[in-house]
Amino acid sequence: MARERRYIGKRIKRKEDPRLITGKGLYVDDIHLPGMVYAAFLRPPYAHARIKSIDTSKAEKIPGVIGVFTGEYFKDKVAPLTTAWALTNADLKPVKWPVVAYDKVRFTGDIVAVVVAEDPYTAYDALEAIEVEYEPLPVVVDVEEAVKPGAPQLHDEAPGNIAFKWTFRGGRDFDEVAKEADIIVKKRFINQRLIPSAMETRAAVASYNPATGELTVWVTSQNPHVHRLIMASVLGIPEHKLRVIAPDVGGGFGSKIPVYPGEVIVARLAMDLGRPVKWVETRRENFLGTIHGRDHVDYVEVAAKKNGEVLGVRVRTLANLGAYISTAAPGVPTILFGLMLSGPYKIKSVDVEVKGVLTNTTPVDAYRGAGRPEATYILERMMDIVARRLGMDPADVRRVNLIEKAPYTAVTGLTYDSGRYLEVFEKALKIAEYYKWREVQSEERRKGRLIGIGISSYIEMCGLAPSRIARATGFGLGLWESVLVRVHPTGKVSVYTGSHPHGQGEETSFAQIVAEELGIPIEDVEIVHGDTAQTPFGMGTYGSRTTPVGGAAVYRAVAKIKEKARKIAAALLEAREEDIEFSEGKFYVKGHPEKSVTFQDVALAAYTADKLPPDVEPGLEAIAFYDPENFTFPYGTHIAVVEVDPETFKVKILRYVAVDDAGVIINPLLAEGQVHGGVVQGIAQALYEYAVYDENGNLLTAGFNDYMIPTALDVPNIESYFEETPAPHNPLGAKGIGETGTIAATPAVVNAVLDALAHLGIEHIDMPLTPYRIWKALKEAGLLEKLKAGGE
Amino acid sequence: MEGEGLEVVEVSMKVNGKPVKAKVPARMLLVHFLRDVLGLTGTHVGCDTSNCGACTVIMNGKAVKSCTVFAFMADGAEILTIEGLAQNGKLHPIQEAFWENHGLQCGFCTPGMIMTLYDFLNRNPEPTEEEVRRAIEGNLCRCTGYVNIVRSALAAAEKMRAVGRWVKGGA
Amino acid sequence: MYPASFKVFVPKSLDEALELLAKYGEEAKVLAGGHSLIPLMRLRLVKPKYVIYIGKIPGLSYIREEGGVIRIGAMTTHNEIEESQLLKEKNPLLSETASHIGDLQVRNMGTIGGSLAHADPAADYPAALTALEADVVLKSAKGERVLKVSDFIQGPYLTDLRPDELLVEVRVPVLSGAFGTSYKKLYFRAGDFAIVGVAALVELSPEGSFKRVRVALTGVGEKPVRARGVEEELEGKEASEEAIAKAAERAKEGLNPPSDIRASSEYRREMSVVLTRRALIEALRRARERLKSQ
Repeated sequence: MARERRYIGKRIKRKEDPRLITGKGLYVDDIHLPGMVYAAFLRPPYAHARIKSIDTSKAEKIPGVIGVFTGEYFKDKVAPLTTAWALTNADLKPVKWPVVAYDKVRFTGDIVAVVVAEDPYTAYDALEAIEVEYEPLPVVVDVEEAVKPGAPQLHDEAPGNIAFKWTFRGGRDFDEVAKEADIIVKKRFINQRLIPSAMETRAAVASYNPATGELTVWVTSQNPHVHRLIMASVLGIPEHKLRVIAPDVGGGFGSKIPVYPGEVIVARLAMDLGRPVKWVETRRENFLGTIHGRDHVDYVEVAAKKNGEVLGVRVRTLANLGAYISTAAPGVPTILFGLMLSGPYKIKSVDVEVKGVLTNTTPVDAYRGAGRPEATYILERMMDIVARRLGMDPADVRRVNLIEKAPYTAVTGLTYDSGRYLEVFEKALKIAEYYKWREVQSEERRKGRLIGIGISSYIEMCGLAPSRIARATGFGLGLWESVLVRVHPTGKVSVYTGSHPHGQGEETSFAQIVAEELGIPIEDVEIVHGDTAQTPFGMGTYGSRTTPVGGAAVYRAVAKIKEKARKIAAALLEAREEDIEFSEGKFYVKGHPEKSVTFQDVALAAYTADKLPPDVEPGLEAIAFYDPENFTFPYGTHIAVVEVDPETFKVKILRYVAVDDAGVIINPLLAEGQVHGGVVQGIAQALYEYAVYDENGNLLTAGFNDYMIPTALDVPNIESYFEETPAPHNPLGAKGIGETGTIAATPAVVNAVLDALAHLGIEHIDMPLTPYRIWKALKEAGLLEKLKAGGE
Repeated sequence: MEGEGLEVVEVSMKVNGKPVKAKVPARMLLVHFLRDVLGLTGTHVGCDTSNCGACTVIMNGKAVKSCTVFAFMADGAEILTIEGLAQNGKLHPIQEAFWENHGLQCGFCTPGMIMTLYDFLNRNPEPTEEEVRRAIEGNLCRCTGYVNIVRSALAAAEKMRAVGRWVKGGA
Repeated sequence: MYPASFKVFVPKSLDEALELLAKYGEEAKVLAGGHSLIPLMRLRLVKPKYVIYIGKIPGLSYIREEGGVIRIGAMTTHNEIEESQLLKEKNPLLSETASHIGDLQVRNMGTIGGSLAHADPAADYPAALTALEADVVLKSAKGERVLKVSDFIQGPYLTDLRPDELLVEVRVPVLSGAFGTSYKKLYFRAGDFAIVGVAALVELSPEGSFKRVRVALTGVGEKPVRARGVEEELEGKEASEEAIAKAAERAKEGLNPPSDIRASSEYRREMSVVLTRRALIEALRRARERLKSQ
């Protein structure tokens, strides 16, 4: 494009901020309707038990209690939840999740009874007055235990607790490439269970109009149309009579993709009680009942040559799914994981087998990165371990293996769209002063300081997703995105997107695209999202898809607007359409810039409709459904420099550099924000967070006091740099930046910590690398004394 | 002495400069009083263990977690919430700084962050990055990685120094 | 979450409060800043029938020097202690310790009386107050008792406070001479309770030997622990970091710290030594500075 861009690529401050910084946002808990009542859920004290009896009589007598409802009440009124990702060729079992348990509870986040009361305080009083008799059943929380013969069984439909078994082989046979290898490295990695912990817990408000049969549900959702489709189905009401509104949503990170029992319950009760019903999850409930992420045990084999060339990767994974199969759960440890196991490398063989395992724990589904962090962790840890075994610098091992140029068809069958993998890698090393730090490391080690440098080179598939591929994997819908762009008579523009940003800032970045393309001020563009009654059916915001897929739809729709506007402009200017040029918001006759009409003039003319060409309908709006032809493949290299306290083993990150190529960046300010937040969530997995269950299935980390999401003091400043290699198949050239940080950061930090301890001879410690866990690993390996003696 | 003690108490306080009075249950938390009784929903509830700080408001000039204060404890107090921070349509320098530096994403933690920094920057007009990080250790954010929050706070400090608005208490 | 129902008393005087405690003490909880009690009430782990709120009683919040000691009113907040000029000069260990408690908002509301009465075994104050051999003053309608903090705290969440008593004051010594103090806290995430916390006080003789050494630890037992072995080892010796390093090994003598999801007992034992050494070295450095300037 010849002319200077006014909006795209600029650091535009956000349009959504004025309401959010003044307390005028509208989150679900802020909604108050006349006559509204409050629901609260009773959750069981056992992770696995038969419900023998429930006595609600005392609770019902508490003044202010409107009713107490058990599983028996809902059993025949509401269908159980099932997964929406019916993974193909994997023998997926038809596990059902009743919204309120009626025979058995299978994890401590199940719902046993629902109280509705005039105020929440009373509702919680009533919960305490419900008497439930349980028959405790044996519990299993660990995947390796759950697949053993004789383990407690969760569902009759899934014998042996195996929900599915998925296999994938790409490229050459692993055993064959192993014969050519000089070393085979075998490792067992634990990718620990994480808890997404959006700052806003989940919530729902439902209101029913019996006269029209219309049900409105406000819910914390990343995908309101998907919520509507699934909820209409389980509630047995026509889709067009259900309106789902996701207003301001306080973060999601994947946890607000699934449809959960909570919103279904309040919807049904609003219909039955004739009063609006609100439920707001407590934080404890969020820990127990909202999905968790990761939770793999990965058995990994890597075959490599002496020069560091990695030939093949074989992975056997047990993926913990929790007690039920959540909405997108089957796709996460399979498609989004297995297909990423060759990473940005020229690996020749990928052989992966994943068992999805049911346990008495909270269901596991997509948490930021979803499958791709797990794959990247395996590869990046292995790159470092291979380097160690071969006595090579980890940077050199990556140099040997990185793909030289794109497009590139990986052994997984994916075609990486564009990228300069080596160049970006070298740039990251340079910015982070990698070799200078190597010198510092060896100097300081002599003085007893433990400094480590960690590299992580990643690629990810995002911009989910070409519908034909999504469907081929068993996903319930296509993965296109929609938009309706409506130009009003004054030339102001409303954009109704099927995406649903909840912090990412597309009210701004989409407006940038529209303002850029139409040559109008950004103030004249409003992005509307989250309301199924206003927006066309769309898939929502997750999988780093909003800019590359939703944004591409916006671009396409605006192109249609321009096309029609050009016709109208030609009529107004009494010129031929092919002679009309458009620039800076003005249509003019080629060679006669003085003969022009503004975009606003054209918009008005579209509505006055008296001067339209014969083949042009009145009005000026366009709808676009963009179905990507390929995934997008952001990639990059992150480098962490850490210092480990040689006595307490507390880790301090001294420097963190992220170099990411996510294609064309619409708004660097927002893109950096995505990297910062993503990196910190990745650091959190490396150093702080893990969900801990006891053997009885009690979650011991069920609050921010015990589940360690980092504070500002626990994390460093993040240096974010971009390279912009456009995605050739994407109208915007954009790839998506929402998950790169989370994917890259975890292995960068773990590699750095293990690098700091390398001279002691310890190769791996499972995450999170808390001071205690590092100390314990060194102690068990008998290395503490060696460290005290100076590490030699 | 109130005989057997009160289950319902009358509270009066000044909220964002306006006097308010209400009869509330003794067990009602200040955050619920602000949100549900006064309709000031800018103050959020993010946890139930006093960790997250989303509910932070200014009480008698100091940042407090309003989920860990009963409404009756604020009887007679002056409360400032996020809604009371902008004056006559003009954003407070901290709000401006958050907007300019992309100090928020989902916005849920933001009111609490801003109110904590309001207290902190009034006390420490020239903070270092480390001091800012320490000041907000009781405010969790899951979106920003804190990078731009810290940047916003440092920018706000500079703005506040420039306009001399670090007078303690009140709005 | 939502606390269970209770009845509240808001006494306007100390006498009134003590009268209420005499009558309802068995079934009542005293509410000060609320930062120990309200979190428990919100999770309904504590459901008192009565709450006696002492925040409206005048004269319970003060820090003043009187009779050779510093008296601190029970309602004094951690923030007031952290920022007190008097303490910074004459007993900096307490203000330094206060600055490590919770976070800014917690320090604004939480009180020294509330914290001590709650007796969390990983709380910060008890280490400093034990090292300082501080007193607490307990009042009831019947009279007053003064106890050493180390006697007052009996175990995890367990104190010698009787149902009719109110903790009204904490007394810490005015430190003088060539003293130095330090509080070192090991935590895994900012704002948390201590994995191990060590408070150290060192007083040097004019010649530069250890005249008095006090070390106490929190988080490593049912109640705060005086590291008497370390103190004995050092007192009277010529001051040096080497001596400290050797003596600090004795910090783990007799310790039986708890194990939990964060760390094992053994790790805490080992870290007791590390933090004791670090606290003593810093205290020594500060004492030497003071010695030099005197």
